Amino acid sequence: MAIPVVYNLRSIRQRWQSALVAVLGIAGTTGVFVAMLSLAHGFKATMMASGSADNAMIMRAGADAELNGAVTLDTVRIIQDEPGVARDAQGPLVTAETVMIAPFPLVSTGTDANVQIRGVSPKALLIRPQLKITQGRFINSGLTELVVGRNVSGTYGGLSLGSEVKFGGAIWHVVGVFDAGGSAFDSEVWADANVLNQAFKRPENIFQSITAHLTSAGDFQKFKDAVTADPKLTVDVDREINYYNKQSQGMTGMITVLGGGVAFIMALGAIFGALNTMYSAVAERSREIATLRAVGFGAGSVVFSFTLEALLIALAGGLLGCIAVLPLNGYATSSLNLQTFSNLAFAFTITPFLMGLGIVFALLMGIIGGILPAVSAARLPVAPALRGM
Amino acid sequence: MVRVDGSGTSSLIQVRGLDKKYSRGGEEIHVLQGLNLDVDQGDFVAFMGPSGSGKTTLLNLLGGLDVPTAGSITVAGDAITSMSRGALTTWRARHVGFVFQMYNLIPVLTAFQNVELPLLLTSLSKSERRKHVETALGVVGLSDRMQHFPRQLSGGQEQRVTIARAIVSDPTFLLCDEPTGDLDRKSADEIMQLVLTLVKDYKKTVLMVTHDPVVAEKADITLHLDKGALVESGKLAGAMAGGAR
Amino acid sequence: MKYARLLFANLFRKKIRLTLTLASFFTALLLFGGLAAVKSAFNAGVDVAGVDRLVVINRVSLIQPVPISYEDRIKQIKGVKYVTHQNWFGGIYKDPKNFFPQFAVEVGSFRQVFPEFKIPEDQWQTFVKDRQGAIVGAGLAKRFGFKVGDRLPIQGTILPGTWEFNIDGICTGKDASQESQMWFQYDYFKEKVGGSYKDMVGWYTLRVDNPDESGRIAKVIDDQFSNSSYETKTSTEKAFAIGFAKQFGNIGALVLIVGSVVFFILLLVTGNSMAVSVRERTPEVAVLKAVGYSDTLVLWFVMAESLIIAVAGGMAGLLAAVGLIKIVAIMGNLGGMLPSISVSGSQLALGVCAAVAVGLASGLLPALGAMRLRVVDGLRRV
Repeated sequence: MAIPVVYNLRSIRQRWQSALVAVLGIAGTTGVFVAMLSLAHGFKATMMASGSADNAMIMRAGADAELNGAVTLDTVRIIQDEPGVARDAQGPLVTAETVMIAPFPLVSTGTDANVQIRGVSPKALLIRPQLKITQGRFINSGLTELVVGRNVSGTYGGLSLGSEVKFGGAIWHVVGVFDAGGSAFDSEVWADANVLNQAFKRPENIFQSITAHLTSAGDFQKFKDAVTADPKLTVDVDREINYYNKQSQGMTGMITVLGGGVAFIMALGAIFGALNTMYSAVAERSREIATLRAVGFGAGSVVFSFTLEALLIALAGGLLGCIAVLPLNGYATSSLNLQTFSNLAFAFTITPFLMGLGIVFALLMGIIGGILPAVSAARLPVAPALRGM
Repeated sequence: MVRVDGSGTSSLIQVRGLDKKYSRGGEEIHVLQGLNLDVDQGDFVAFMGPSGSGKTTLLNLLGGLDVPTAGSITVAGDAITSMSRGALTTWRARHVGFVFQMYNLIPVLTAFQNVELPLLLTSLSKSERRKHVETALGVVGLSDRMQHFPRQLSGGQEQRVTIARAIVSDPTFLLCDEPTGDLDRKSADEIMQLVLTLVKDYKKTVLMVTHDPVVAEKADITLHLDKGALVESGKLAGAMAGGAR
Repeated sequence: MKYARLLFANLFRKKIRLTLTLASFFTALLLFGGLAAVKSAFNAGVDVAGVDRLVVINRVSLIQPVPISYEDRIKQIKGVKYVTHQNWFGGIYKDPKNFFPQFAVEVGSFRQVFPEFKIPEDQWQTFVKDRQGAIVGAGLAKRFGFKVGDRLPIQGTILPGTWEFNIDGICTGKDASQESQMWFQYDYFKEKVGGSYKDMVGWYTLRVDNPDESGRIAKVIDDQFSNSSYETKTSTEKAFAIGFAKQFGNIGALVLIVGSVVFFILLLVTGNSMAVSVRERTPEVAVLKAVGYSDTLVLWFVMAESLIIAVAGGMAGLLAAVGLIKIVAIMGNLGGMLPSISVSGSQLALGVCAAVAVGLASGLLPALGAMRLRVVDGLRRV
């Protein structure tokens, strides 16, 4: 026989201050938990959206990031003819790119951020069909023109459509804005690769990476085998999406570990708060519990009833916490990705899955905070409790 | 000698024209009106009367736990009705020993530590305090229970510890509010035995509220509250008997 | 103190509740200590940045080099005391997760510009004479078990190949960030790499005679090289470090928000706990007052109880934070992402203050209630 739930609801209402305290403790912890997870998720999603399964990234062997890579024009020519490379009417869909860091002031603080400048070839857009020019136009080869990602003008100063920027001893014009579907490219500034090399006084015809569009995602292995077998090439080949996955691991890992650590400790605190609330509830209601036992409710029912009460409080706290952090969804921030050494704009991304995790987390806290007091309630000796001692 | 007509002079406790009003549920209740009382050193007075008649209110006023609406109370020359709350607290510590019906002892302290409580407010040294406590516990016959906690004592023993605490700082008088109310007959008798010893052998002044006629009988005089003022027991009964005749 | 017995007897009244309230303070201050350490880690470098040091980098990009020929010209500027140059190496030791900063340094001038690094003189002399020598920070030595005389293989990333070094010395610096670096000889670097690195350097760090002159000297340097093929950007070391730290977004704000949430919840939990505890004792408070204990004394009893719990639980939490952070540091600073992580003395002091503040705040309302209680109300049969 189960003790009616309405008993729990009425008891919660009667000592609402203690219950509220426990609810708020769980709500705060759940909120921080979901917020941290959504920050890590937002970062990772932004990085991952940059790569597609049917593109291959080729860099110098041993380079751990694009910035540290170096490949020659000869390498580019060899890659272009390998099996698996897609072609259109103009030729192989391969782009050799240079990558630079240049300082531009952050709109939020005024201090400089390492902005990633990418020198691209005219085929860059063809390789990455998810990119669309939304304002202005793409750059013309051979000119000091820039096209910027959609997050750039909001995050860094002086790079809006139509502005003139001075760096590398030349004056550049921002001629367009592209939308890269919420990926790392949205934080990048693109220019012509050869013009960029010249402006930065780098050796001509040396690039940081080659991206090749494959005939299909399944052809990757064929392509990779051919490239690694070729004695003239000392390069690493990886799926573009894998490359970005690896580049996101450091930051994502750090946010998750830090956030997880914080949430874990807060959870301990919330559990202590819940334990306190439930233990005092048991103490205050010892006579009622004894009466219920005397009337015929078994120990199991008492345990179940108190645990349920704790879970109700936890559920309320979990929901409150999730709702409280919902306004954070889409809140943009930027950070230096220590692996790529460049700045990346990303946003808190709260998904239903993450909120579900938050609720589960809250319920877990509720169970841990409720079970011990519930068991102690069931163990109360009935007769003395009825006598009010 | 105990008087209720306001005619006493140089008595230990002197009450004149005491008034106490309070509101309950929108109504104003005039619980004490023009009450007079004189009590001398060594008197043992019992107060009886139905619930709500104002006995506890009177006791609280006499002990400086409450302030009257009008009138005066003087104890050993001190006019306590004109004292501030802070001064009253200090006065109580020095002059009054309380014995309530229940909740007297602090459960987390031993009998010894409970009796010691009033002495902590003084500047006595630790060893001096110990001497006083041991003496007090000896008077109430609980020297062998000094280190026990209240939950290890019977109801009667708890009240004896309370009495020890009430006398440990040698107060001017003792105020007891139904001290035997929660006890069985045997324990009640033991407590009353102890109180009589305090009165007869130690010349203590005791004012006690009680429901129990057996207890009241042991006092020098029993007073009733009638229309907000005090009346001697015998006289009331006589008046009623006279009226009926 | 003669009231101590009463205070402690009351504290231990309900052991479970005491334990839980202590534990609440413990976790809140543990979190405080951890977050404070993380916040400083992101600002690492800012605190140790010398006030009398300037950094000269390529204006176009931080990662572009500057000509070696600039060094003499910078040395000749009035107010410049010492100049040294360095290059970032960024290699891998066994696993990318073991990341730590590696610099090629110019042995002649390095210690002049960075006098705070302490290293036994004999070890330094060995290093100077050893082309392939390396100095590691004390933190690194502890983390990987390096000893003087060990061989240190580093996998190059920007510059390929495996580089072998001999650990000639272990140095200590002002704090954990300075002790997690590795240095080797610039000449070795130049010789092994060749090419463009023969006459280019990563950046310059210089010391000025008078910190007040920093602004002027920075401008002089940048003016001198403006309109050349390699324009410079000079800033104080502190400004440079701050700019870097600011790229980590609103870490400071985030930490503050989380910290505030935590303390607010702590306040509620402990306040509630105190309120329940005091309410239970209403008759006892009344009896104390009847016996002659003043209203203010009763107030202090409650406040003292609250403070004892706060300070005891809080200090235990702070100490645990110090221990936890030490473990994180030894385990590799989260994959090298947080270069230096430790809880500073001032942060600990701040933590204790915060614990005291919460203790006072959570005890206040119940204490006031106890103070205002009238004996007659308290003794009323419930």
